[in-house]
Amino acid sequence: MPDAFRRDDRDVHPPLDSPPYKSTALRHPKQPLVYLPHTITEVTGPALGPARVGELDHDLTRQHAGEPLGERITISGRLLDGDGRPIRDALVEVWQPNAAGRYRHRWDRWPAPIDPNFSGAGRCLTDTEGRYSFVTVKPGPYPWGNHPNAWRPAHIHFSLLGTAFAQRLVTQMYFPGDPLFPYDPIFNSVRDPDVRERLISSFSIESSRESWALAYVWDIVLRGRDETPMEAGP
Amino acid sequence: MSAPLTPSQTVGPYLALGLPWEDGPYAAAAGAPGAIRISGRVLDGSGDPIPDALVETWQSSPEIGVGFRAFARCPSDDDGRWFVLTLRPGPVPGPAGTTQAPHLDVSVFARGMLHRVVTRIYFADEADANATDPVLASVPPDRRETLLARLGNDGHRFDIRIQGLDETVFFDV
Repeated sequence: MPDAFRRDDRDVHPPLDSPPYKSTALRHPKQPLVYLPHTITEVTGPALGPARVGELDHDLTRQHAGEPLGERITISGRLLDGDGRPIRDALVEVWQPNAAGRYRHRWDRWPAPIDPNFSGAGRCLTDTEGRYSFVTVKPGPYPWGNHPNAWRPAHIHFSLLGTAFAQRLVTQMYFPGDPLFPYDPIFNSVRDPDVRERLISSFSIESSRESWALAYVWDIVLRGRDETPMEAGP
Repeated sequence: MSAPLTPSQTVGPYLALGLPWEDGPYAAAAGAPGAIRISGRVLDGSGDPIPDALVETWQSSPEIGVGFRAFARCPSDDDGRWFVLTLRPGPVPGPAGTTQAPHLDVSVFARGMLHRVVTRIYFADEADANATDPVLASVPPDRRETLLARLGNDGHRFDIRIQGLDETVFFDV
């Protein structure tokens, strides 16, 4: 039987009830959560092999006849567990708006141009060292209806399955120095400022490729395993 | 070496760009022997459908040696409806020598949810196994009903009420 996973510190994840982000009001449970021991169902997860990933899925700039407009960038980093161990062969899925901040989605109606050469979705598998990498264009900020003059800082959505149900995480990666950080209730829903910083990628001149693309680097950390073989319950 | 955990953020309203797979709802192939359909709606605190949710399920095999993906993922439609096609899970070990009744672990993501919520689907027609399930036993008796899928004309029905009257039991995983 695989080990259980360490429980997250209370301050890591945002509270589901987060009034500045208005849509949380009717979408958070009001009853207390019930403690779930980590049994075999929680400490295992699907094995999704290379068949899930197409040859060009990691390159969001090569999915159409022409290249998308915008600033070509690479995003790369490592997927690690809470003990710093690489998580190998794990699916990483991303989605984002185009360089003008427009999502290719029927509900996104703000008047920024759609780019016919950009769908905004990608996926890859981590390698033996837990590394992932994507080529894309830098997403634009965009307005939303949460409050007057509300704008989301530029971000890319990331979905990680890890190796077990207990490690599942969906999050957003931001770019360094974004002037919209102080005004965004989603970014600021992570209460601890030091923890919030973990959502911001770093610019890397070393990883930037000459005359081709600037590079941003971002490591993602999912839960590590507990030392005890199995939880007995609360 | 310990590494600092990455915090969760909402999937936002446009998860349908990146997360659905064509075969997502099919944990088992359509037409697989013994395949069952589980479906329902995701509802908010007003009882309104959530049309931008994603439901994922993970579970055991019917018995040892039966191989299938066992993982399904389905975005909700405009009426908040979702479904998965899967095989009926078998009983699996629980804490301290107990046996868990057949169940699926469920993650629900949506705009307006800054972190996933986790629930479990049990089967109303497994009354004996449910009666000795250690996780169900830890749930207040008057709320256990919210974790039971009920067999109807369209397979097993399981609605997910994020908030309000008959709020589904969610777990701290």
